[in-house]
Amino acid sequence: MSATRVDARGLSCPQPVVLTGKAIGAGVESLEVLVDNEVSKENVLRLAKRHKMQTSVHEEGPDIVIDIKK
Amino acid sequence: MANPFASRTGIIVVGVAIGIMATLLQYFGNPPNMGICVACFERDIAGALGLHRAAVVQYIRPEIIGFVLGAFIAAMLAREYRPRGGSAPLIRFFLGVFAMIGALVFLGCPWRAMLRLAGGDWNALTGLAGLASGIGVGVLFLKSGYSLGRAQTQKAATGFLFPVFMAGLFLLLVFQVTFAEGGPIFFSQKGPGSQHAPLLISLGAGLLVGAIAQRSRFCTMGALRDVILLRDFHLISGVAALLVAALAMNLILGQFKPGFAGQPIAHADHLWNFLGMALSGMAFALAGGCPGRQLFLSGEGDLDAGIFAMGMIIGAGVSHNFAMASSPAGAAAFGPAGVIVGLVFCLAVGFTMRERA
Repeated sequence: MSATRVDARGLSCPQPVVLTGKAIGAGVESLEVLVDNEVSKENVLRLAKRHKMQTSVHEEGPDIVIDIKK
Repeated sequence: MANPFASRTGIIVVGVAIGIMATLLQYFGNPPNMGICVACFERDIAGALGLHRAAVVQYIRPEIIGFVLGAFIAAMLAREYRPRGGSAPLIRFFLGVFAMIGALVFLGCPWRAMLRLAGGDWNALTGLAGLASGIGVGVLFLKSGYSLGRAQTQKAATGFLFPVFMAGLFLLLVFQVTFAEGGPIFFSQKGPGSQHAPLLISLGAGLLVGAIAQRSRFCTMGALRDVILLRDFHLISGVAALLVAALAMNLILGQFKPGFAGQPIAHADHLWNFLGMALSGMAFALAGGCPGRQLFLSGEGDLDAGIFAMGMIIGAGVSHNFAMASSPAGAAAFGPAGVIVGLVFCLAVGFTMRERA
């Protein structure tokens, strides 16, 4: 199954976290969150950590991609 | 690259630093329980420019200038300067206007609410309860899909505009140009506007707070919102640290005077303290940041945050010109009306600005 992708680019605080939280809450095992700034990255990583999920981060051009897995 | 200020320890250190600097600014001459108040200080700037004519609250506050420029420099050095904008600017402008109207009914922004509490002004408690309630309503909107839409990347130079505007204000402060007989620029001869720490101390503290707040993402509205929305206690640990540090400093400096009555630049009209801050809290939540955070964001290139801050400055003019700003005697004639109109506006924004389900 392909990973769910959350596009949170350009959204202001706390929407990236809300969207990621909704996806995690819906039971998604693996998702990719697309953000375009450091603050959103830090916030999404903190949320994933609280859910005890594994994360990795890489850059795609100007965007930051956060992979989150159970 | 790790950002040490983004850690739990980092945000606590920043909160302590702000608490200490704010109370020291009072010690050096800023108004009591108003070491740093973003709403009050933007109001003083509006007064200095003649956007309102309340003679006791007119001064170009270097702290505000420092916040923006400090955040701008910190963002540049950290490669986080990123001009963006275009997410419902006019709505953000009016959110700023009404946030200021609410804050001036209470007489303070969330930062000053903490500083008032740390100075023993128990009226801050009703204000903070209102703030939390307003943010709580904002959280309900966020949960049901509220969004002002995406910001777009903007040209590199657009983000310079707000910092340059602040630098221009600094020049007006330094040279104290008189544009007409009797002003502007207006500088209060008595009252809170005449009470200020020496310019370089104010500017230095502002720059330092701007820089560390940009790095740590310090936000008083975000602190309460994250607790209510996410059970995330990261930001609020910084706000709690500010409160504890300011309280300790006030005890040391003899600035702690507990009570409800006779508190400096405050009133004990509990209903309007509560509702004024409720309006501000909702406006901050819908705009995504407290007044301080909006200044730091505008320093790092967020044009929408700059629009919100301009809304607050204009809102201060509106608030004083139309008899909505409170005085130590209590709520003003049109303060309650302003708060009600603002609450209606915020609810309308909350209900209508939604992404599809």
